[in-house]
Amino acid sequence: MNQYEVNFIVDPVLSGDEIKSTAQTYVDMVSSNGGEIVHVDEMGLRQLAYPLKRRTTGIYYCIEYKVPNGEMINKMELAFRRDERIMRFLTVRLDKFGVKYNDDKRNGLIGKKKSKKDKEEIKSGAKEVAKAAVKPIVKAKAAKAAVAAAPTAVSEEE
Amino acid sequence: MASRDDIKFLSNPNIGSQRRKYCRFRKYGIRYIDYKDPDFLLQFINEQGKILPRRITGNSLKFQRKIATAVKRARHLAMLPYVADLLK
Repeated sequence: MNQYEVNFIVDPVLSGDEIKSTAQTYVDMVSSNGGEIVHVDEMGLRQLAYPLKRRTTGIYYCIEYKVPNGEMINKMELAFRRDERIMRFLTVRLDKFGVKYNDDKRNGLIGKKKSKKDKEEIKSGAKEVAKAAVKPIVKAKAAKAAVAAAPTAVSEEE
Repeated sequence: MASRDDIKFLSNPNIGSQRRKYCRFRKYGIRYIDYKDPDFLLQFINEQGKILPRRITGNSLKFQRKIATAVKRARHLAMLPYVADLLK
């Protein structure tokens, strides 16, 4: 069973129901052809980097699925090409690292600008680290205030 | 005979042996590059949207090729531009 990912961009001009039904037709096509849907991700309205069909935004969808054989993919692509509401599509086969990456991403183990080791440790330790970081700053501020207060007290005495 | 302190060079003889370049993917054990993440891929393209060469980014050949395919897929999906200016 190979795992595939198909991204497609739906025309934003349509009404919300039409957009959802468009995406649903393709989800149903996958499951009716013997595929197992792993995840459907609606990435929502996004700004396009360059105009497509004279539109500057689009609704992005990503469907991850598993199929035992790949005949269905050709049919899906043909349907994408014929459908006027789909602006772009891209089918990608995921290797084992891609599968693992997507699973980790769904479980929240992939964060920004953190080392990739021990994500769970980071997640549980993050709150403690944040608290510890706040305390020294507060202490530093208090120390500065004390230092600022001392000379003024000295000058008043004089 | 001039002592070592008297010898001055026009350019520092130690220049060039400063930073060890490394491939960040090999170092941190990253095995997959997601083409759906344009913020991450921005590190590997210049302000005109062109893919940066390996000697600038320090990537190994294997990951430079993966980055290139990821950028090209992102461009197809209109997440990154083909041509731009002042991208960053």
